[in-house]
Amino acid sequence: MLSIKNLNKTYHTEEGDEVVALSDINLDVADKEFVCFIGPSGCGKTTLLRIIAGLEEPDSGTLTVNNEPITGPGPNRGMVFQEYSLFPWRTVLKNITFSLEMKKIPKSEREKISRDFLELVGLSKFAESYPHELSGGMKQRVAIARALVNDPDVLLMDEPFGAVDAQTRNRLQHELLNIWEKKKKTVLFITHSVDEAVFLADKVVVFTARPGRIKEVFSIDLPRPRERTSFEANAVREHLLATLGAEIQAAID
Amino acid sequence: MGQSPDIKRRILEITSIASAIIIWEIIARIINKKYILPSFTEVVTAFLKLVSGGELYRDIITSLNFFAIGMGVAIAVGIPLGIMMGWFKTFDKAVDPIIEVIRPIPPLAWIPFAILWFGLTKYAAGFVIFVGAVFPILVNTYTGFRNTPRVLVESGKVLGCIKNRDLIFRIALPAALPAIATGVRVGMGVGWMCVVAAEMFGVSTYGIGYKIWRWNDLHHMDMVLTYMLVLGFIALVIDRLFRYIVQEWWLKWQTGVVV
Repeated sequence: MLSIKNLNKTYHTEEGDEVVALSDINLDVADKEFVCFIGPSGCGKTTLLRIIAGLEEPDSGTLTVNNEPITGPGPNRGMVFQEYSLFPWRTVLKNITFSLEMKKIPKSEREKISRDFLELVGLSKFAESYPHELSGGMKQRVAIARALVNDPDVLLMDEPFGAVDAQTRNRLQHELLNIWEKKKKTVLFITHSVDEAVFLADKVVVFTARPGRIKEVFSIDLPRPRERTSFEANAVREHLLATLGAEIQAAID
Repeated sequence: MGQSPDIKRRILEITSIASAIIIWEIIARIINKKYILPSFTEVVTAFLKLVSGGELYRDIITSLNFFAIGMGVAIAVGIPLGIMMGWFKTFDKAVDPIIEVIRPIPPLAWIPFAILWFGLTKYAAGFVIFVGAVFPILVNTYTGFRNTPRVLVESGKVLGCIKNRDLIFRIALPAALPAIATGVRVGMGVGWMCVVAAEMFGVSTYGIGYKIWRWNDLHHMDMVLTYMLVLGFIALVIDRLFRYIVQEWWLKWQTGVVV
């Protein structure tokens, strides 16, 4: 459903230097697949996600979602950012209704739909709260609901749980899988954490250090819910750590 | 014993002001020259006279009228111009040099042209107040727009808010409201200072600023001091009122409002 062919992206710094962010990226993602991107810092995985979101343009290459080329942001792709991105002047409910307002859906209907999604992320009680009244994990759950209410085909997530504590993070991962199973979306999920990738992904895409290339696409066939410490999970984790370890060393050198 | 910190603070405030008044009264009685330092009791007497004659009321209305004209136009010009400059880079580059040349000119230097263009009318006074108030509003609106967090603009874009118009009114403007509120507040402060000067050149025979000068000419320093205190008090009330409105309605979504 998502297809990337021969994609390249180079940045030009103010000093006139060229930084190759992404080099010759080819990737196919199937419908309803949960894909994790993992790689050393600065390997271009966020850039790739932003290009898919339509927030940045590639220098060359083709990029299609359901055979339609991507030319800019569109309703078939939703995004959850790493930073807290809720509109602070809107209540939780009004944050979720935002995209439906843009689609000019009548008020009562958009609020009804939004309340369903608020329930999906377990925050019905907080409909009238303002974002500053929520914890970090709650903010990201609202951000997920806000992205999903627009009914995208692909959900793009850029380290959405990077800023929350470990326990909340584990719970959010569980919830995300539940939502994913209910809503049947394709998910592209960036993470720094091998553990997170092993717990979540159908497919892990490992990136090389700069310039960002795809080093390996690794399928995880373990049944869900996964036992984080099972023998099989440990084997996958070890493999990924070894693959990634070489890249992190390369990034440091 | 058992007093809440709030009541303690109140008591301290009242004691402090009362002491200042007593010291003032004592010094004024020692000097004993009304035209050098009128005493507190003399000022209170003057104040009561002005209130009972209804004169003070007319003065306040007149000054507020000038102030409203100047502030109204300053807001109507400053906010849209700040939005345009903050959002459209080309517009900013084109307009900014002009603004930077005009901005440092003190508002009072505009008085000759204010009279020339508007005559001795309330609009001349309003113009001087406008010049004083417009730049803080403009600059703060501009800064607020410039500092709109990128992630909020991008969130808007991925949620289907693509057009400049939508991005400005649905995202950048609400995000900039705290900065705009600060601008209006600073602008009101400067504008109120300009009221005194704006009334100096005789656009009306009423007005707080005008009366300060008139009573000064007549060496009635108790009247001058009364009007000075009224001037300060009204500025305080306007500022508090504005802060209250901003906190209760405009920016309820914010923790610890910046203004």
